[in-house]
Amino acid sequence: MKGLEQYKESAAQIRKLMTSVLIIFMLAVTVLVYLLIDPTLTAFSSETTDGDYETTSDITDEDYDKIEDGIHLRTGFVEGDGLMLVVNNCTNCHSAKLVTQNRMSKERWTATIRWMQETQNLWDLGGNEEPIINYLATHYAPTQKGRRQNLSNFEWYDLEE
Amino acid sequence: MQRRKFISKTMLASLASAIGTDIVYGNMLPAQYPVLALQDPDPFALFSKDSQMVLLNDRPWNMEAQAHLLDDKVTPNKYMFIRNNGIIPENIDVNSWTLKFDGESVRQEKTYTLAELKSKFPQHTYQLTLECGGNGRSEFDPPAKGNQWTIGAVGCARWTGIRLKDILEDVGVKNDAVYIGYHAADTHLSGDPTKEPISRGVPMAKALQDETLIAFQMNGKDIPLAHGYPLRLIAGGWPASASGKWLNGISVRNKVHDGTKMTGTAYRVPCEPVAPGEKVKDEDMCIIESMPVKSLITYPKSGATLKSVASLQIRGHAWAGELEVSKMEYSIDFGSTWQACSLEKPTNRLAWQHFNATINFPKKGYYEIWARATDSQKMAQPMLLPGWNPKGYLNNACHRIAIKIT
Repeated sequence: MKGLEQYKESAAQIRKLMTSVLIIFMLAVTVLVYLLIDPTLTAFSSETTDGDYETTSDITDEDYDKIEDGIHLRTGFVEGDGLMLVVNNCTNCHSAKLVTQNRMSKERWTATIRWMQETQNLWDLGGNEEPIINYLATHYAPTQKGRRQNLSNFEWYDLEE
Repeated sequence: MQRRKFISKTMLASLASAIGTDIVYGNMLPAQYPVLALQDPDPFALFSKDSQMVLLNDRPWNMEAQAHLLDDKVTPNKYMFIRNNGIIPENIDVNSWTLKFDGESVRQEKTYTLAELKSKFPQHTYQLTLECGGNGRSEFDPPAKGNQWTIGAVGCARWTGIRLKDILEDVGVKNDAVYIGYHAADTHLSGDPTKEPISRGVPMAKALQDETLIAFQMNGKDIPLAHGYPLRLIAGGWPASASGKWLNGISVRNKVHDGTKMTGTAYRVPCEPVAPGEKVKDEDMCIIESMPVKSLITYPKSGATLKSVASLQIRGHAWAGELEVSKMEYSIDFGSTWQACSLEKPTNRLAWQHFNATINFPKKGYYEIWARATDSQKMAQPMLLPGWNPKGYLNNACHRIAIKIT
């Protein structure tokens, strides 16, 4: 009988332990899911651009994501909805230059993201995917070039023969 | 504030990685990123490149020349384009560097040290044209994905090394050998050590050519780091991606090599011509082999204004992949009439050829000088873009420069 008591006691302890582990795990999952949806924790910040954060006294931090004349200086991306999502998700492996020199439709930007996910270890973008694709397809859309364009990539100079 | 956002991203990646989601190397990447951003190295100084070279990408490094920078008969390092797929290897130790031969079709696996390669086999030097398969991609409509090369992803340096065929003979190759594939020390952009950034190759017939080298020198000096130090496979006249940098392995295959960027759509064009923008299935894409006929006017630089109706000397280079260029012409009337240029023979097979001409302009005004090369099989450069292809390869349309006579 004593053995059964001991067994019941340890079973209760294990159940308690398992419950705690489960609760901690659920909490971790909740935090993670939240971060996936809102990786920049915007819901917790009272202001979005400037404010009285202690970090604003640090000039390099302030300049880190400076935008001038509609260009995000650090990366060269144009200013627009979804800019920081693109900066944070699309410049980890390759530089922004690989993005900004390309022009693609929404369909082809999506296909490019799929290709990177299938072969280049790009992660699941979750809820960020739509704003990222919208940003790319809006600001880096193809223009009609035709079969041959006028020469334009030169400057006139005097040639002494 | 912005840094806080960045840190939260790092947290996300670490967390996700810890509980085993599909962000396999996500935790490694943000840690690397600020280091790269803060260092912000000057690539022109880093790689000894001329400041007029054009930087297309800094991770991975991709840089091209402009036409007038390629005026030298032998392209010096400072004007040689860089096309990297992965991250340049660090801490290269030439004393422990080896080249391993393996694959289904070697008689036995064999590994050579760099010193053995240099001492055991006869050395040869050839001037060999290397052009990126995507050179000219920027002109395609609809645009193709990738680095938007204009005209400067080509160069013709002198490469010194040993013949691949001499080593293959020493290794011993079975009769069923079809292809060789290279392996290299560069690392994948994602940081994933199981992925090769690029592992391409060539059929045995190309591998066994006299000019196909395992090179250790470019223009008489150790190969510069960005171009494959200390060892590089050189397969002139083919897409430069076949010339693997930082070479440390060759697999002799009994089938077409299936390494990274050999399969799918990479370095392939539709086997049959398609309309611009058409979708092409992977199985309908064929591997690019010899590059097409092409030329560049390297003098004068585009945009020259001449003060009188004088004559103008032009010069440049022409190349044709595996073939020779047999005819070189220019036009100053948008292709209505063509005049012959004087054309030199190549210094060796697979080297570009030099041309020059003296142009007399009939009156003042705006001109474009167009250059057109024709290869030994009578294929000439098109005046408009050649056949559209999904990845934007093989644009060999005539090079043009702008001239004004005032």
